[in-house]
Amino acid sequence: MTFTLHIWRQQSVSIQGDFVTYKIDNVDADTSFLEMLDQLNEQLIHQGEDCIVFDYDCREGICGACSLVINGYPHGEKIATTTCQLYMREYVNQRELWVEPWRASSFPVIKDLTVDRSSFDRIIQSGGYVSVHSGSAPEANNIRIDKHASDEAFNAASCIGCGACVAVCPNASASLFVAAKISHLALLPQGEIESIDRAKNMIKSMEDEGFGSCSNHRHCQRACPKGISLENITRMNKILG
Amino acid sequence: MNRLNASEPIGPLEGRWKKHLFDLALVAPQNRDKHKIIVIGTGLAGASLCATLGESGYQVSSFCFQDSPRRAHSIAAQGGINATKNYQNDGDSVWRLFYDTIKGGDFRARESNVYRLAELSGNIIDQAVAQGVPFAREYSGYLANRSFGGTQVSRTFYAKGQTGQQLLLGAYSAMSRQVEAGRVTHHSRSEMLEVITINDKARGVIVRDLVTGELSTHIADCVVLCTGGYSNAYYLSTNAKGCNTSAIWRAFKQGAFFANPSFTQIHPTCIPPTGEGQSKLTLMSESLRNDGRIWAPKNIADCEKRPQDIQEQDRDYFLERMYPAFANLVPRDVASRAVKSICDEGRGVGVKIHGKRLGVYLDFAGVIDKIGLDAVEEKYGNLFEMYERITDEDPYVTPMKIYPAPHYSMGGLWVDYNLMTTIDGLFAAGEANFSDHGANRLGASALMQGLADGYFILPQTIANYLARHTFDQIDDDHAQVKQALEATRVRIDKLMHAPDAHHSPEYFHQKLGKILWDACGMSREQEKLAQAIDEIKTLEQEFWQKIKVTGVDKDLNQTLERAGRVADFIELGVLMCQDALNREESCGAHARVEHLSPGGEVKRNDEEFSFVSAWEYQKDGAKLHEEHLHFEFIKPTVRNYK
Repeated sequence: MTFTLHIWRQQSVSIQGDFVTYKIDNVDADTSFLEMLDQLNEQLIHQGEDCIVFDYDCREGICGACSLVINGYPHGEKIATTTCQLYMREYVNQRELWVEPWRASSFPVIKDLTVDRSSFDRIIQSGGYVSVHSGSAPEANNIRIDKHASDEAFNAASCIGCGACVAVCPNASASLFVAAKISHLALLPQGEIESIDRAKNMIKSMEDEGFGSCSNHRHCQRACPKGISLENITRMNKILG
Repeated sequence: MNRLNASEPIGPLEGRWKKHLFDLALVAPQNRDKHKIIVIGTGLAGASLCATLGESGYQVSSFCFQDSPRRAHSIAAQGGINATKNYQNDGDSVWRLFYDTIKGGDFRARESNVYRLAELSGNIIDQAVAQGVPFAREYSGYLANRSFGGTQVSRTFYAKGQTGQQLLLGAYSAMSRQVEAGRVTHHSRSEMLEVITINDKARGVIVRDLVTGELSTHIADCVVLCTGGYSNAYYLSTNAKGCNTSAIWRAFKQGAFFANPSFTQIHPTCIPPTGEGQSKLTLMSESLRNDGRIWAPKNIADCEKRPQDIQEQDRDYFLERMYPAFANLVPRDVASRAVKSICDEGRGVGVKIHGKRLGVYLDFAGVIDKIGLDAVEEKYGNLFEMYERITDEDPYVTPMKIYPAPHYSMGGLWVDYNLMTTIDGLFAAGEANFSDHGANRLGASALMQGLADGYFILPQTIANYLARHTFDQIDDDHAQVKQALEATRVRIDKLMHAPDAHHSPEYFHQKLGKILWDACGMSREQEKLAQAIDEIKTLEQEFWQKIKVTGVDKDLNQTLERAGRVADFIELGVLMCQDALNREESCGAHARVEHLSPGGEVKRNDEEFSFVSAWEYQKDGAKLHEEHLHFEFIKPTVRNYK
């Protein structure tokens, strides 16, 4: 397969970036999107050019490192898929592809397609935990948990912290990310005790980091590669009263 | 002085850790914040350690190369975590997990360490549940278990196929709480490039800021490496792309012994490779072997057919045939070799790569018939979905295709019972050390080990080290610090400006991977290993002549990052082959062709090789030290899964 790629290149946060067009041939249909970029980078090294920087690690859709807005869609158009698990067979041969970083002021571009998502870490630091000391836990089966609540908590906890929800949101809100963590812990008896303070602290942190608020555009649920449900935002709002 | 003193406690096995805990010196709460500890890596071992040390009141500086600690590769562990709760009342006990782990490791691990691991396993589950880790539960609200490769009890706790993710997020959240409390200072996008040793003690590290390219020095009272395994030496593996050996390899070159480098695990159930440009292989959880049946066509002529067109009587359920007692649940190394031998016979399925079909079927038709589609979906839904996403085939309809892939490294830095390396003040935890899995790791034991090391063992043994030593004030002008910094600069410079810059890091990495996979993979033999060592040494020379890194070093430069890691993998590759060559026996995952039974079983040689190979770096070639293993409680037997 052959593609025309318009890729966002930006030297650093303070230097204005722009799209640069590349042609790539001999792409196998079973190549993943990131492997296609690897192939392009090999080409660039051969030509003596600086490689295109993008985040990746596990390449199996769980670490949350990969990002990329492809033709306007965070992680591409395919539902419930991270960029690393997107295969070129999803695209029509010879298509033009526009590849950009996440766009949100709370995710400043570091270089090319890489953004700084440390704001997510700081939100978790503000309260995304159960305050338990190592070694002080009771016998695990002393805490019985309703299976449905536990399953719901798991679904919320499966967030990979990639930031697609922010990238797709017209307000650049991190509500889905924050609500997923608040829900996960509030649904469980271990986390329920701290749930109100946790929610308040995390929302405050989200605002302090410059993320917008939720105004029900609901794009986040669709963009989420793990299918985190909007119900989590409802649950969070109930906790916040 | 015997440098390989494991400092094991003596006496009855059940009391060793308790006795040792009492013998360890303590640091009083009011004195803890006078001590600074550096932790490299934030996977299960690193994050759990940071959290626990922070809670105790130490000053912790942590570093990871990823953009967040939550992305460490522990996140990708699928199947589960073992613990001896015996909730299923099926005869499990600390002793049984200890026995299974020693036996599974083919009698090449230290009894004291393994017993301690089994002993701590239950506490890990308690800790994780208290943090809010959403393990699978029964309708009663109690925790659920499943059985996992190589064992006959159900002791594995799991969170669908995302157990590693949930445990890591638990540890990460506990660590984040300590960041907020000001006890842990964390640095993401920061790669450790050198260990600083002063007066034979590890006192700090050189770190490269991966965004700016700036080098910085960090001084502390001790350093802990929780930097994972080195399966990426094979290029294609189930590890994340960033996983590397650099931290432990730098430590090795500073004097930390490297133990059992050839003990690498090839996992049987991975999605087969499909082409040349592939960047990694994806694991399908071993839990699938609980209900899936592995088979290959009996006749080579059938290999091109669609599986549904191959009659039942023409299918060879080879694991069930070869190992009737354990059948599809034999340990990983046994399963991997069986799959390889079927494909070597030409009975593999799937696309041909280099003239061979690398795959066998993992079939769920039977279990779907038996318990229904919904129940199968409940158990394996996310794994099936993942398989379909990657291969474009629906495993509910067409059997999966699987093939072995490098997955885990049992080898790593040699550590004593306190998890300290041969460099004082340098500790290693999790997959980065060699300690508990011998020559083969059982499924669902890696998460257990990482967390046991981080939550429960190191916080005690580090305190002991701090309490028993004094620490001179060291500043950045110290000669050793400046020397380490300068050496790191020079190395980066060499990577950036090779004399005949021609090939990318990937080019060299792929070449290394192929050599290692062929010579030091699922089966090893003398001639090929010796040849591989020569080939890798030649590759090393070519690397430093021709490595091409574009861009500049004072910048976010992923090509430079890769080049540095590949350089270390190349050197490690030599040691892996050397270790495999030296170990004239087969044991666990290490299968020397010369030492296999006619039926393909490994033939251990306890007379001559009941030891841990601990390699010491020397300029003209690594030197072998042997730590002899003593089996006081379990008599080494022949592993027999028939």
